[in-house]
Amino acid sequence: MEILGLLLEGFAVALQPINLALIVAGCIAGLFIGAMPGLGSVNGVAILLPMTFLVPPTSAIIFLGSLYYGAMYGGAISSIMLGIPGASTAVATTFDGRPMALQGKADRALVAAATASFVGGTISVVLFTLFAPPLADFALAFGPPEEFALLLLAFATFIGLGGDDIPKTLFSIFIGLMFSAVGLDIVSGDPRLIFLDLPGFYHGINFLVLAIGIYGIGEILWTVETTRGEMVVSRAAVTIRGVVRALTDLRHNIRSMLMGSFLGYFVGILPAAGATPGSLMAYGVARTMSKHPETYGKGNVDGVVAPESANNAASTGSMLPMLTLGIPGSPTTAILLGGMVIWGLEPGPMLFIEHKEFVWGLIASLYAANLFALLINIAFIPAFLMVLRMPFTILAPVIFILCVVGGYAPTQDMHDVWLMLIFGVMGYLMRKLDYPLAPAVLAIVLGPLAEASVRQSLIMAHGSFGIFFDRPISAIIMAIAIALFAWPVLIAIRRRLRA
Amino acid sequence: MKHIVKTAALAAAVSLAAGAATVASSSDATAAWKPKKPVEFVIMAGKGGGADRLARFIQGIIKKHKLSALPLVPINKGGGSGAEALRYVKDKQGDPHVIMATLNSYYTTPLRNPGLGVDISSFTPIARLAEDTFQLWVHSDTKIMSVKDYVAAVKTAGAKNWRMGGTGKGQEDSLVTAMLEKAYGIKVTYVPFKGGGTVAKQLIGKHIHSTVNNPSEQIGFWKAGKSRPLATFTPKRLKAFPDVPTFGELGQNLSYFMQRSVVAPGGIPADAASYYVDLFDKVYKSEDWQNYLSSKGLLPGWLTGKALQDYFVKEREAHRKLLMAMGEIK
Repeated sequence: MEILGLLLEGFAVALQPINLALIVAGCIAGLFIGAMPGLGSVNGVAILLPMTFLVPPTSAIIFLGSLYYGAMYGGAISSIMLGIPGASTAVATTFDGRPMALQGKADRALVAAATASFVGGTISVVLFTLFAPPLADFALAFGPPEEFALLLLAFATFIGLGGDDIPKTLFSIFIGLMFSAVGLDIVSGDPRLIFLDLPGFYHGINFLVLAIGIYGIGEILWTVETTRGEMVVSRAAVTIRGVVRALTDLRHNIRSMLMGSFLGYFVGILPAAGATPGSLMAYGVARTMSKHPETYGKGNVDGVVAPESANNAASTGSMLPMLTLGIPGSPTTAILLGGMVIWGLEPGPMLFIEHKEFVWGLIASLYAANLFALLINIAFIPAFLMVLRMPFTILAPVIFILCVVGGYAPTQDMHDVWLMLIFGVMGYLMRKLDYPLAPAVLAIVLGPLAEASVRQSLIMAHGSFGIFFDRPISAIIMAIAIALFAWPVLIAIRRRLRA
Repeated sequence: MKHIVKTAALAAAVSLAAGAATVASSSDATAAWKPKKPVEFVIMAGKGGGADRLARFIQGIIKKHKLSALPLVPINKGGGSGAEALRYVKDKQGDPHVIMATLNSYYTTPLRNPGLGVDISSFTPIARLAEDTFQLWVHSDTKIMSVKDYVAAVKTAGAKNWRMGGTGKGQEDSLVTAMLEKAYGIKVTYVPFKGGGTVAKQLIGKHIHSTVNNPSEQIGFWKAGKSRPLATFTPKRLKAFPDVPTFGELGQNLSYFMQRSVVAPGGIPADAASYYVDLFDKVYKSEDWQNYLSSKGLLPGWLTGKALQDYFVKEREAHRKLLMAMGEIK
C-alpha cells in the first residue's frame, strides 16, 4: 500500500492552512473565469501564473490546479444561463443545458452540471492515484493512426443512431469541416481558403468564434423573432428542497455520468486532445447509448451530465501526460508546464521520483478542490438564477456584449468579431430551417485534429490506408466507428425490405 | 481570498485592455525613457509551444525580480508560422510599448510569404538571449549507438520505412533533416507534427524512428533512459551532454541554431530601445536564465545593437539558400 502512504503524505501537504486557503481561492477564481465568456481556464492560468512566485511551487500548482478545476465547473454556468459557452470546454453543455433553462429547469441543469463535474472529477482523480504510470504508457501507444480512429468514432456517434435528419446532420458537419480547413495547411504551411485575401483568415477560424456566433448571437435573433422581445422565461424558484430533489433525480443519469467520467479521463490523457474534444465525444456517446436520442438537444439532463463529467475528468487526465511525460494534454496544462519550468521543476518521468511531495500534494489537493468547487458552485446557484429575472430588453444587450468579448478574446482581432456576427446570422438561419447546430461545432473542434492525424498516418504509410487496420488498437476502434456509420443505413434497408 | 479574486479580475481586465489599446507613439527625449503603460510582449507562436513557454519564462523572471514597474503582457499571434505577429509589429512602427520574442520563423516566414511586406531589417533589434541547439535522437531500445550505426540502419530500412518526425515543413526541424540527408546521402520519410513536445512523445511511443529535437524537448526522457542522443548539431560539445559528439568531430560540419531574441518595431526612440536592452541584460544575467541555459543544452549568446541586426541579416541570407535548396522558395 505504498500509494496510500504517499497519498496520505500528499494530504498532509494539501491540508496545510495556506494550501487549503489557496484551494478555495482557486476554485472561486476559476468559477468566475470559467463563467465569463472568452476567459477560459487557459487565460486564467496564463494571467495568474506570474503571481505564483509569492508561494512555494507546491502551493502554486495547487492554486492553479484548483483554478483549472473551478473553471470546468464555471464554464457550464453561462452555457446554461445565457446560452453562450463560458469556456471552450463547456460548448457541449450548451446543447441541452440552454433548452433546460428555457423550459424553466435552470436550477436542475445547474445542479446536474455541478454534480456531474464532481463525479467526473473524483473518479478521474482516483484513476490518477491508482494507475498513473501504466496509463502514461498506454497514452504513448497512441500514434497518429490510433488518434484518427478515435476521432472518426466521435464523428460516427454524431451521425449513427441519431434521431435527427441524417442528410441535415451531414450538411452541418461539412459546414464545420469546411470552416476548420481555413488557414494554413498543417503539413505544407501554405495558406488555403483565405477568403478575399483577408489577413484575419491566416490564423484560421477559432471554433469559439463559430460556437459563440451560432449559439449566442443566433439565439438572440431567434428569440427576437419568435417573442418580439416579450420573452418571459419561466422562473425557477430556488429552495433547498428543490436542490435536494434535483440531486435525487440525478440517480437516473448515473450511467451517463460514469460513461462521461471514464471517456473524458481517457481522452484527456491523449496528448493534444484535452477537455473540449473529450466533452463533445461524451455527448455523442451518451446520445448513441440513449433509448431516446431524439430528446437530445431539447433539454435532456443526460446531455448536460455527460459532457460536464467528461470535461472535469479530462482536465485531470490531461495533467497525467504533463507530469509523467512532460507533454501537455491540453492548452491549459501546456501553460502549467511552463510554470513548472519557472519553479525549477523538471516535468517528465523523473518527477514522480525526485519530487514526490509536489506530485502527491497536487493529487491530494484535487480531491479537496473537487469537494470545495461543488459546495461553492451550489451555494452560488441562487445568485446565478437572478440572471433569469432580468427582462429580455436588458438581458439581450448583456448577452450581446459578452458575445463580442468572447469572440474578441481568443485572438484579439476585430476580424473575428465580424466573423462571429456573420456566424450568428448563419446560426439563426440553420435554426429556422431546422438544421442541427451541434455537429458543426463538433466538426470545427475535431476537424483539424482529424486532418493532422490522417495525413500524418498516410505520410507514415506512403498513402496506404492499411495502416489503420494493421495496428491492433487502431483496427478495433476503426471497426466500431465503421459499424456505427453503417447502422442507420442497415436500419433503412431493413425498413425498405419490410415495406 | 476576495482579494485574490479581485486581483484576478483586474489582471484580466488589464490584459484585455492592453490588447485592445492602440496608442500613438510618444517621444520622450528628456528623461530616461520608461514605459507609460503595460508593454505588449508579442509571441510568434500559439499558446503552449516551446516559443511560448520560453517567452512566459522570461516574463516570469521579470516579474519575480521586479525588473519592470509595469507588466509585460504576453500576446500570442501564432497564425501563419508567425506571419500574423510579424505583420502586427510592422504595423506598430514607432510604438515603443510593443516588443516581440523571435525564433527562426523570423527569417523563414517573410521569405516564404513575400506578400506579407515585412522586411526584418527595418525592425529594432533589442537582444539575443540564447541559441537553442539540435541533436539527432533515437529510442534507447534500438541498437543504434552512433551516427555510423544510424546511417547504416536508415540505408538498410530504406527511405520508405524510416520515419523522421519533426515540426512543420519549411521549419527548423525539416531544414536540419535536409542537411542531414544531404551530408550522409540518405533519404527519410519526414512526418510533420504540431510541436517539438509532440515529436518527442512520438519517438518514445515508437511511432517514428528518429528526431532532431532540441535537447530541452528530450531531456526528461533521456534522464529516464528512454531516448538516446547520437550527435549534436553544434561546433562544440554541450555542457549538459559532455559524452555526445558533435557532427564536426564525426567529419561532417553540420551545425544549426535556433535563435531566441527580442525585437521591437522600427522607428522607436533610441532611449526606449536602450531601456529594453537594459531590461533584457538583467534577464540574461539572472541566475534563473543562466541555469535554464546550461541545464537544457542552450548556448548563451548575448548580442545587441548593430551586431545583432547584422546577425539577423546574415542568417536570413543563409536561410534563403537553405529554403531554395529544399525547393521551398524560388
